[in-house]
Amino acid sequence: MDQLDQLVAQAGADFAAAADGAALEAAKARYLGKGGSLTELLKGLGKLDPEARKTAGAEINKAKAAIEAQLNARRDALQQAALEAQLAAEALDVTLPGRGAGLGGLHPVVRTLERVEQLFRSIGFDVAEGPEIETDFYNFTALNTPANHPARSMHDTFYLENGEGVLLRTHTSPVQIRAMQAHVEVYKDRDTMPELRVIAPGRVYRVDSDATHSPMFHQVEGLWIGESVSFADLKGVVADFLRRFFESDDLQVRFRPSFFPFTEPSAEIDVAFMSGALKGRWLEIAGCGMMHPNVLRSGGIDPERYTGFAFGMGPDRLTMLRYGVNDLRLFFEGDLRFLGQFR
Amino acid sequence: MQFSELWLRSFVSPDLDSDALGHLLTMAGLEVEEQDGVAAQFSKVVVAQIVEAEKHPNADKLRVCKVDAGQGELLQIVCGAPNAAAGIKIPCALVGADLAGFGIKAAKLRGVESFGMLCSAKELGISEESNGLLVLPEDAPVGTDLREYLDLNDTLFTIKLTPNRADCLSLTGIAREVAALTGKPLSLPASEPVVPAHDAVRAIVLDAPEACPRYAGRIIRGVDAKAATPDWMKQRLARSGIRSISALVDVTNYVMLELGQPLHAFDEARLNGAIHVRLPQAGEQVLLLNGQTVTPAADTLLIADESRALALAGIMGSEESGITLETTDLFLESAFFAPEAIAGRARAYGFSSDASYRFERGVDFALASQAIERATQLILDICGGAAGPVNEVVDAAKLPARAPIRLRAARVRRVLGIQLTADHVAEMFTRLNLQVARDGEDFVVTPPSYRFDLEIEEDLIEEIARLHGYDNIPTVAPKGPISMLPRPEARRDTMSVRRLIAGREYQEVINFAFVEEAWEKDFSGNADPVRLANPIASQMSVMRSSLIGGLVSNVVTNRKRQTNRVRVFEIGRCFAKDAAGKPVEGYHQPLRVAALAAGLAKAEQWGESNRNVDFYDVKADLEALLFPRVAEFERASHPALHPGRSAHVLLDGREIGFIGELHPIWVQRYELGTAPVVFEIELEALLGTLTPAYKELSRFPAVTRDLALVVEQNVTAASLLKGLQQVAPAIVQRIELFDQYQGKGIEPNRKSLAFRVVMQETQRTLEDAEVDAAMTALTRHAEENLGAKLRA
Repeated sequence: MDQLDQLVAQAGADFAAAADGAALEAAKARYLGKGGSLTELLKGLGKLDPEARKTAGAEINKAKAAIEAQLNARRDALQQAALEAQLAAEALDVTLPGRGAGLGGLHPVVRTLERVEQLFRSIGFDVAEGPEIETDFYNFTALNTPANHPARSMHDTFYLENGEGVLLRTHTSPVQIRAMQAHVEVYKDRDTMPELRVIAPGRVYRVDSDATHSPMFHQVEGLWIGESVSFADLKGVVADFLRRFFESDDLQVRFRPSFFPFTEPSAEIDVAFMSGALKGRWLEIAGCGMMHPNVLRSGGIDPERYTGFAFGMGPDRLTMLRYGVNDLRLFFEGDLRFLGQFR
Repeated sequence: MQFSELWLRSFVSPDLDSDALGHLLTMAGLEVEEQDGVAAQFSKVVVAQIVEAEKHPNADKLRVCKVDAGQGELLQIVCGAPNAAAGIKIPCALVGADLAGFGIKAAKLRGVESFGMLCSAKELGISEESNGLLVLPEDAPVGTDLREYLDLNDTLFTIKLTPNRADCLSLTGIAREVAALTGKPLSLPASEPVVPAHDAVRAIVLDAPEACPRYAGRIIRGVDAKAATPDWMKQRLARSGIRSISALVDVTNYVMLELGQPLHAFDEARLNGAIHVRLPQAGEQVLLLNGQTVTPAADTLLIADESRALALAGIMGSEESGITLETTDLFLESAFFAPEAIAGRARAYGFSSDASYRFERGVDFALASQAIERATQLILDICGGAAGPVNEVVDAAKLPARAPIRLRAARVRRVLGIQLTADHVAEMFTRLNLQVARDGEDFVVTPPSYRFDLEIEEDLIEEIARLHGYDNIPTVAPKGPISMLPRPEARRDTMSVRRLIAGREYQEVINFAFVEEAWEKDFSGNADPVRLANPIASQMSVMRSSLIGGLVSNVVTNRKRQTNRVRVFEIGRCFAKDAAGKPVEGYHQPLRVAALAAGLAKAEQWGESNRNVDFYDVKADLEALLFPRVAEFERASHPALHPGRSAHVLLDGREIGFIGELHPIWVQRYELGTAPVVFEIELEALLGTLTPAYKELSRFPAVTRDLALVVEQNVTAASLLKGLQQVAPAIVQRIELFDQYQGKGIEPNRKSLAFRVVMQETQRTLEDAEVDAAMTALTRHAEENLGAKLRA
C-alpha cells in the first residue's frame, strides 16, 4: 500500500504548492476529480475478489479522507491568508482626525450665568427677566430712590432721546419690583403668599468706559421674600453661593456695612482667596441687604408681614476672577481666539 | 473724604494701630479706599544746614558741602542737587540712616569722602516729584528729627463715604463714629462765642424758609486778608487734599473739614442792604467763582442782597461778591440749606462743589452758630479784625424734624436673625449719641441733628448691626418651605437653546446694544431707531433693532485677526419704537436669536472637499433648532439680504424671523470676503417645543413608490409638497423630496422634483390596487392643479 501513502503525500505536496483557490481546485481534480488518481484506483476495485476488494476499498477510502482533510486544511489556510491580506490592505491611519462638524461654545459670561442659575435653582430660585429700556419709576423711584436723591449720581444713566421718563436700566434691581408685582398678582386671592425666590440676570448700562468699566455689562439680581427671612439667611445664601461658585470651601467672605437706597441694612460683600494670584486680597464682589420696606411696598408686599433680602452681583467680574481674565473689554469684542477658550 | 490720622487722633485716639483703625472704619461702613503714610519709611534723617558748598574737584555736577546736622562737628557730604547752596536748611540722612530699605554709609564719591546724604522730597516719599533738595524753613531747628519736625508719622486715609453718611464728611463726624465704635472718649475743639467788638449787623430775610430755615451771618471788619495761613492749618488742609489759597478761604475750608459746616465769606463792601435767601427772578444770571455764568433754574435757591444775586445758595458764590486779597471787611455766612433744595442742582449746571456735596447729603442743622464762632475765632487769630454780633435768623418750624422712631425688639430679631439683650441695644444707641427711651419691649429713639439717615425702624436696625458687627451675625443655612419649581416639558429654557446652537458649531458673542446708526439703515432699513440722548460715542448712538450688525462686525474684527471662518450667534434684546410696546410703553424690546456663518462650510480638514457655507447649510441649522417643530420658509426681501436668497421664517403661520445670504452690497462695503449667511428669529419661538405624542406602529409592510414631476422653474418645492400632502389618501404616511434635477432631458425653464411616497396601514397589508389608486390621485392632482407633468 506504499502507492496509497505516496499518493497522499504527493497530494499534500501539490495542495501546499497551490498558491490560490484556482490552483488548489486544479490540484484537487488531479486526485479526486473524474479521472483523478484516486478515482481511478476506486474504479479498479471491481477487478478484485470481494475479500480483497473490501480491504483495498477501506484503504483507498482512508487515503481519500486523508487527501480531503489536507485539501480542506489548505483551503482554510488560503482563505485565512486572503482575509488577512484584505484586512492589511484596508488598514487606516487611525490618527487622522474624525470627520464631521466641530462644536461652538457659550460666551464666558453666559457660562458664569449658567452656573449661577444652576446653583440658585438648586435651592429653589426661579429665573426672571425684565426690559432693558426701563422707566425711571422702576429703575429708581420704586427702589426708594426719588428724583434728586444723591444715590442717583452713583449711576451715570443713559437716557433716550425724546423719551420722557425712560432710560436704559442701570441695574437689574427693577426686576425686583416687576417680580414682586407678578408674584402678588398670581397669589392675590390666597391668604398666604408663597415665598418668592428669584434671580434675574441681564444686561445693564451706565455711562462709563475704561479697562474696568464697560458702558454695557451684566448683573445678577437675587431676592428671597418670605415670612421669616433674615440677614443671617442672606449671609448664609450668599456665602454658600460664592464658595460653590469658586469651588473653594476655604474662600473668605466678609460683609461690611454699605448703602443702597433699596436695602436696609445694606452690605458690600468682599471675598478673599486662600491661594492663587489674588491670594489674601479682599475683592469687592457684590452688594446686598434686607429689602427696604418702601421697596416691598412698591412691589405690593406688606413689610410687616414679610421680610426679604436682595443681592446684586457682577457676572463679568465673577468670570474675570474665575478664569483670570484681566481686561473686561475682551468680553465684548467678539474675538474668536478669546471666546474659544471657554468651550 | 481724605484726612490725616494725626488730626483724627487729636479728637479721639483708640488703642489701635493705623491698619487696625482702617479696618475698623471699613467694617463700620466707612470704606477705606486708600491708606498711605505721608512719607516713606525712614530713620535718622535730621534738619541740617549747608554751611559751605564748593565745586567737586573731579565732577562738574557734584558739590562738596560742609553740613551742620547738629552732630557737634560739620559733616562733609557730596551732593549732586542743583540747589545745594550755603545757608539753606535741608533734610540730611546721617550715616546709618535707612531710607525705605536703602542704607546710608560713609562713602567716597569721585575720590571725595562723604558722610551722609542730603535729601529731596521725593527721596523721602513726601511727594511724587521734586526739584532738588527739600528746602526747609529758615527757623527749622538743626539736629531735630525730620519726622518729628514735619509731623511725618502720619497716615492719610481716603474713605469712600456712602451718600447716607454725610455726618462723616468732617473730622468731627469721623471722630464721633470712632468713639461710638470703640467706646473711647471724644474731645472736640471748644469754640467759645466771640464777644462782639462792634454792633454792626446785616439784616437777613428768609424768603424761602422751606429751603433755608436757618441763616447766620456776621460782619468782621478790618481783617488782613494777606495774612499768612499758619503752617499747622496748611498742613491739615494739604493732608485733606485741599490747597491753601488765602488765610480767609483757608479758614472757611478748615472749619468745613473740622465740623462739617460749609461757610461762605462775602466781601462786605460789595453788599447792598439786607441778605435775602430766595428763589430766582426770571432772567437773573450769576457769574460764579469758577468763571461760569449760569441762569439759575426756578428751583435753585439764591443768596442775594437788595440789588442782585450773590451766590447759588449752598453751591457756589459769585465772582463779584467774593472776598479777595484786598478785602478788609467781610460778611461770613453759616447756614442750613435743606438737602431737597440743593440736591441735583450743581449737577444740572455741570459741576460739583464741596459745599453742595455736603448740603445735598445733609449738614447738621444745629451747627451754624458753632461753626461761625469757630471760624470767627480763627480769622481774628490769623487775620486780626473786629467781629460784630452774629445775626441768626431761624424758622424753627421748617427745620428738619427728628421724629422719635419706635424700635421693636422682636423686629430686630426677625430682620437680623440674632437675639440681643435690651441693655446691649440701649448701650449701642447711647454710644451713637441717640436719645433713647424704653417703652416695655420697645425703644423710642430720637436721632441727633446731624443724622439724616435715621428715619425708620430699619435704619436703627442697621445701626445695631453695624455696632454689633456684621461679622458677628451668624452665617446660617436658610430654612424655607421647599416646593419644586414648575418645568413645563413643552418649554425649553434659554440656556438649552444656547447649547443647541453651540452644538451646531456657533460661538456665542455678546455685542453692545447701542450701535452705529448706519447699521440700522443698512441691515434693518430703519430710519427711525431708538436714539440715546447721551451716547458715549457716535458709533454707539442708537439702540439696535437687529442683532445682525453686531455679528457682521464680528466677522470684520476676526478677519482682521486672520480668522476668516466665522460662526457666531447672539441672544439679546432688540429695540424699536412701538406705541403698543410692553411692559414699557412706546418700546418693543423682544429677545432675539441671531446666527451668522461665513467662510468654509467645514473647518479646514483632510477628509472631504470643502466649500463655502451656503443658504442650505444655515437653514439646516435653523431647522435643527426648531425641531421637532417644522417651520415654513417664504421667499421675501429684507434690507440686509440678497433678494433671491432670503426668506421669512413662519411657524404655525406666524412670521418669527428671517434667514438669508447677506446682500452683496454689504459684503463689499464691509469687506467680508465671502457672503455670510444669517438668520434672526424671536427667542420665544425657540423656547416653545412639543410634548411627544405616541402613535401606534404598524406590523404590516410599507410600500414605497417614487413620483418624479416636472414643473416650471419658479414653482417651489414646498408648494408642490404641500399640494401633494393635501390630497394624499390616508394610507400615505409621508412624502419626501429626494431629488431635484435640471438639465439634459428636461426642457429649459423647467425642473424635475422627485418625491418618495411611503404608504402603510396599521391593521392590514396594503393591496396593489389601493397603492396604484393613491399614486394616480397624487399624479392627477399634480398635473391638474399644480402645473406638473409626470417625468418621462
